[in-house]
Amino acid sequence: MPNEKEKKYDRQLRLWGNHGQQALEDSQICLLNATATGTEIMKNLVLPGIGGFTIVDNDVVSMQDVGNNFFLTEDFIGSTKAQAATKLLKELNPDVKGVAAEESLATLLEKDPEYLCKFSIVIACDVEEDTLLSLSNKLWEKNIPLMVCISYGAIGYMRLVFKEMCVVETHPDNYFEDFRLLNPFPELCEYLKTIDIDALDSKGHSHVPYLVLLHKYLEEWKEQNGGEPPKVYKEKKKFAAFLMSKRRKNDKGACLDEENFEEAYKSVNTALVDVAVPRDVKEILEHENCTNLNSDSKPFWVLCQALKRFVDEHQTLPLSGSLPDMFSDSASYIKLQNVYQNKAKQDMICLMDNVSKVYADLGCIYDNGRMSEAEIKRFCRNSRLLKVVRTKSLEVEYRQTAPSDDVTQSFHDNTSDILWYVALRAAQKFRKEQRRFPGIETLEGDLKPLKDCSEKLVGSWGVPQVQLAALDDRLHEICRYGGAELHAIASFLGGVAAQEAIKLLTHQYVPVVDALIYDGIKPSTTAFRV
Amino acid sequence: MCESQSNSCSVNSPRWIHIRHLLTRTSAMNPAFEPCSETLDFMLNHLKILVIGAGGLGCELLKDLTLSGFMNIDLIDMDTIDLSNLNRQFLFRQSDIGKPKAEVAAAFINQRVPGANVKPHFTKIQEKDDDFYRDFHIVVCGVDSILARRWINGMLLSLLEYDSDGKLDQSSVRILVDGGTEGFKGNVRVITPGMSACLECTLDLYPPQVNYPMCTIAHTPRQPEHCVEYIKMFLWEKEDPFGGLPIDGDNTQHIEWIFNSAQARAREYGIQGVTYRLTQGVIKRIIPAVASTNAVIAAACVNEVFKCATQCYTPMNNYMVFNDVNGVYSYTFAAERNSRCLVCSQQPRTLNFTTDAQLRQLIDHLQQDPTLQMKNPSLTTIIDGKTKTLYMTGIPSLEVATRPNLPKTLKELGLVDGHELICADVTSPTSLRFILHYTDNDMAE
Repeated sequence: MPNEKEKKYDRQLRLWGNHGQQALEDSQICLLNATATGTEIMKNLVLPGIGGFTIVDNDVVSMQDVGNNFFLTEDFIGSTKAQAATKLLKELNPDVKGVAAEESLATLLEKDPEYLCKFSIVIACDVEEDTLLSLSNKLWEKNIPLMVCISYGAIGYMRLVFKEMCVVETHPDNYFEDFRLLNPFPELCEYLKTIDIDALDSKGHSHVPYLVLLHKYLEEWKEQNGGEPPKVYKEKKKFAAFLMSKRRKNDKGACLDEENFEEAYKSVNTALVDVAVPRDVKEILEHENCTNLNSDSKPFWVLCQALKRFVDEHQTLPLSGSLPDMFSDSASYIKLQNVYQNKAKQDMICLMDNVSKVYADLGCIYDNGRMSEAEIKRFCRNSRLLKVVRTKSLEVEYRQTAPSDDVTQSFHDNTSDILWYVALRAAQKFRKEQRRFPGIETLEGDLKPLKDCSEKLVGSWGVPQVQLAALDDRLHEICRYGGAELHAIASFLGGVAAQEAIKLLTHQYVPVVDALIYDGIKPSTTAFRV
Repeated sequence: MCESQSNSCSVNSPRWIHIRHLLTRTSAMNPAFEPCSETLDFMLNHLKILVIGAGGLGCELLKDLTLSGFMNIDLIDMDTIDLSNLNRQFLFRQSDIGKPKAEVAAAFINQRVPGANVKPHFTKIQEKDDDFYRDFHIVVCGVDSILARRWINGMLLSLLEYDSDGKLDQSSVRILVDGGTEGFKGNVRVITPGMSACLECTLDLYPPQVNYPMCTIAHTPRQPEHCVEYIKMFLWEKEDPFGGLPIDGDNTQHIEWIFNSAQARAREYGIQGVTYRLTQGVIKRIIPAVASTNAVIAAACVNEVFKCATQCYTPMNNYMVFNDVNGVYSYTFAAERNSRCLVCSQQPRTLNFTTDAQLRQLIDHLQQDPTLQMKNPSLTTIIDGKTKTLYMTGIPSLEVATRPNLPKTLKELGLVDGHELICADVTSPTSLRFILHYTDNDMAE
């Protein structure tokens, strides 16, 4: 029976589980600047129940803020934005602790250079370039993710900065089932031997799970084809036809409509794929973080080395054990499922054994404090789907003499959203020099200085001026916005960024790498590498 | 309303500086835009918007609309607040549980946003008439039911007016912006009735709900869901655990009984995985939901409303899908108008059957065809100048009286080739016309 908290969070627990929820509740988030974008991100983190948050924003609430920010109201005009936003955000969820920092960011960091290092994630909205770079270096050093989010008129920009994110539960929308058709394990072969399809009556025949059909007829096919399974499309088509020819026939000689055979037929192309160890996983297992462990290594990498040893021994990953539903009688399906699940359990025990050995080799004792059996189980079940992602540091992004291919290619595409990234970087330079948003007073007056900033930026990348034409319209538009923050755009970005933060906290679902532009004009979103 | 702070509600208030930049300055990205000083006044004081749904999307819509300058909003929602809403429906608090969503949401927004004038209607959309809907310039829909969407789509289309030349009267066009979410996925569409694809044009984008086959539930269960469905479909009626009451998904005692019974059945077959959470999910057909997706989709909707109202950019043409399971993915495309659309093509649809087809086959077709998806259609026609009811579902006594027609053939019922059939169904506020075509002679041609 669910308790009150489980009832409240029911709809989201179905997406990230109790363990994901626990990770959220263990987190502390820091928001730098209570802009509309910032408070919207926080709303979408407070509601699902993060542990706590701190807002740093010493600016005073003004009437302009009341116009686009749900968490800055007229009553708070004269108070700091941190105070106002913290109070109104806390009301959304009594489980969440919220604190308004009393001082400016500069003062806080002066008093304690490690101030930001006690947080799980830092979200920077509208932080000046030099300050941003400085705190980014600190957070990078401490392995604390940083998110930079800003809304400018109809444009939203989000940048994720983290060294490494290890995702066990990626929850992909599509994936290949782990049937082991091309390399069946001994227990499966034993079980299949006990089934004589031809001896079954008509009811039994039409209720054989399609996976059994695939296994059995693949064996027969291999016998007739020099021991080789069908590999290319043409061969698979022939195999599918071969399979269908095994249906029982009626008195007139026509094939019966056996649903299990239909299912087998439809699955031939995807079920006969053999990827013993997917490339992504191979790369992970060969990475030095896996091969060169030390006593401080993340549990993920310890598990990876245990997994590597498993793969070295068995030439395959642990069996996931799960099967999709199949048209079948209950007993046949359950028996088949049990065969797969028992093997998966066996593999899991082997992996757990390896984990102990890895720790022993490191000279430490493995106990449940380091990682739980549930965690190892999840890792094991998802071993084919593991993903490790890394972003560029802000330092490299701002110092590089050439940006990524994504950015370079945008100069050849007038419609590319990534041109907004260039325009926003130029605007950031403008703000650093002029200490205000471009276009805040007049549009025309600021256009030339903004273009100069842009030219300097792309010049530093070695992009010739003639390719800048596509950028001009966007620079003009940035001036038009005059630093305006439209609530709908801020709210869109608030939703996107909050979900990315949740991915980083729960280590579930694959985050954006490295940045995203939201163009509310088209509308469109484009994720790209900086 | 803001009485004492009338300054903050005026067009010139610093509140609106963000929006004023966009309304008063020309755009390089949209050179056709003509800055107009009256637009903001129109948005603040005259434009009327209807928001349907005060739940996950609705709360976000109200916030986004009022903070974008849209002050005059009517809000319809027939539900009351539940504990499981609080993880995302942020206008509600623990103490609001049990109260009508529309009323609590409206009160919160009116209090939080100076000048906001949200008027709640704690009712079903079907209970409002044409005149109610005529009052609005734009309708924004944030509901969790395809039926409700189809109904409002039909309503707005029925309000279209054409002049004597058959040309559409633009002032009768009320834009419909519709948003939907499910877990980490969502979509937004902009429908311009009479001009763009309507909701019904792309009905096959909403495939009918998948139900487990009856024989699987009854005889060959394999998954924990099958066990729960068995209790729901068979055992509840047989054992009647709560004195004739139907299953109430919100009654914890009901769910507990179903859970325990489903576990017993699962044990019988060696099936693992029946949990309380799973049981509740199956019985209530729960769709997972989080604050972030609702925020994204609602914001995208209001962004389109803003564009429609201000013309500062061209509104989306016309359907966007969003998914942030893996990175962030979105895609916008132009859904095409269906020239045979039941609702917006103004052409009656032809139904092809043989003379010896039974009426129940025709009814089945209306329900199962992916482009029709009627729920409980009633059919009438005119024979020899008199209205004849072929099958009526709404009123029990009439249903019983017309049930004998179901096994009769179409020919027996007096229908000829080319006969017009009038169909009424909950999916549409107006009746729909079909033309019957007998295919018996087609082959001979």
